[in-house]
Amino acid sequence: MAREVLLPRTLDDLWEIFHAEPELHLYAGGTDLLVKLRSQPPLPSGSPSPLVCLERIDGLKGIYEEDGLVCIRACTTHSEIMKDPVIRQHFPVLTKVLSLLGSPHIRNMGTIGGNICTASPAGDTLTPLYTLGASVEARSCDSGRLMPLKSFILGPGSVALQQGEILYGIWIKKDHDFNIHHFEKIGQRKALAIAIASMAALIKLSGEGTIEKIRLAWGSVAPTVAVSHTIEDALTGKPLTENVLRDAMPLVTDALSPIDDVRASAGYRRRVATNLLLRLLQYKDA
Amino acid sequence: MKISFVLNGKKKTTDVEPDMRVIDLLREHLHLTGTKEGCGSGECGACAILVDGESRLSCLMLAAQLEGKKITTIEGLSKGKRLHPVQKAFVENGAVQCGFCTPGMVMTSVDILSRNPDPSRDEIREGISGNLCRCTGYQKIVDAIEYAAKDKNR
Repeated sequence: MAREVLLPRTLDDLWEIFHAEPELHLYAGGTDLLVKLRSQPPLPSGSPSPLVCLERIDGLKGIYEEDGLVCIRACTTHSEIMKDPVIRQHFPVLTKVLSLLGSPHIRNMGTIGGNICTASPAGDTLTPLYTLGASVEARSCDSGRLMPLKSFILGPGSVALQQGEILYGIWIKKDHDFNIHHFEKIGQRKALAIAIASMAALIKLSGEGTIEKIRLAWGSVAPTVAVSHTIEDALTGKPLTENVLRDAMPLVTDALSPIDDVRASAGYRRRVATNLLLRLLQYKDA
Repeated sequence: MKISFVLNGKKKTTDVEPDMRVIDLLREHLHLTGTKEGCGSGECGACAILVDGESRLSCLMLAAQLEGKKITTIEGLSKGKRLHPVQKAFVENGAVQCGFCTPGMVMTSVDILSRNPDPSRDEIREGISGNLCRCTGYQKIVDAIEYAAKDKNR
């Protein structure tokens, strides 16, 4: 009945475990897995697949720079990323999101790789990473491949990892010219809220208040993160004014496909996610 | 599975099912019932303990993960009969009502003050945002943490 729990120390140890036991259940911070295990009925007799905890693998932790890119290794905790000066300086949208994710305890335990691989429609780290154009690196014992985060997330709870592969890290281009980093999450309370709707935005705003470039992403209002080039194109080159944003709102409504669930109705989600666009007005005179 | 760790300053080796949750190991196996289980899903903070000096939720950790770690539970804070400054502050400020959230609140407060010895009230509120008190006594809890910070700085 008891499940084996393995704690490899190195990636090589992990590859050996994979080799010996292809049916594994990987976890990092455990903040989602332990909740799932608890809600499951007791395991049937026989030998359930071992759990492999990745928290001790140093090669999966930390943040480094290479060729103008920043790599956040998958098992870096939210708390560690929030404290990192490079992330704070270059990707304030990510720092902002992390400060609203879960609670201090959850941020000490949960990892960015775990948040991505859980692939929840409400996954907090996904919207800022979509706007930043992040890529992910998957590795197996003998190869690695890089792909855009957008192609890695396949749907709720589903990512493009193949057997024997793990998420190694997230790569983000350090140089970008967005001078406004925005994120807002609508939840039932401030801490520990699973988003009812959220929106991340990066804007390059000229001195005259013209939107020169904009990237937008919505969470919790579609099976995965919702993005729309139509909306971005409609706003590009326009002044950041209430009228311009209001004109774009019907496009937002069209781009979303929310569902009803315990947290909110689809109608409320659509309405509030659309209204989140108006929050960008606060940067009008920034 | 045999696991070894330091529990409240003492080395401990124990034989447990590796997939037992840490909260169950502490309460059922080691009979340290100070740590409480509220929600069992990471939302209430009642089960907070310190692992290598940083707060963790013992309901979201498996026993195997304790191997080689230093664990502090509420039982490990006082020195003999002398209460830890945070415990003393909770008592003196009336920050304990039914008491169920208290062990988690106290462990979290110790964690907050270890990283930020002089927190503002907002920083304290943010720091305990993962701990629920259903007696709704947050005011006095914040007072107590503020008091403990001043007490320590004295």
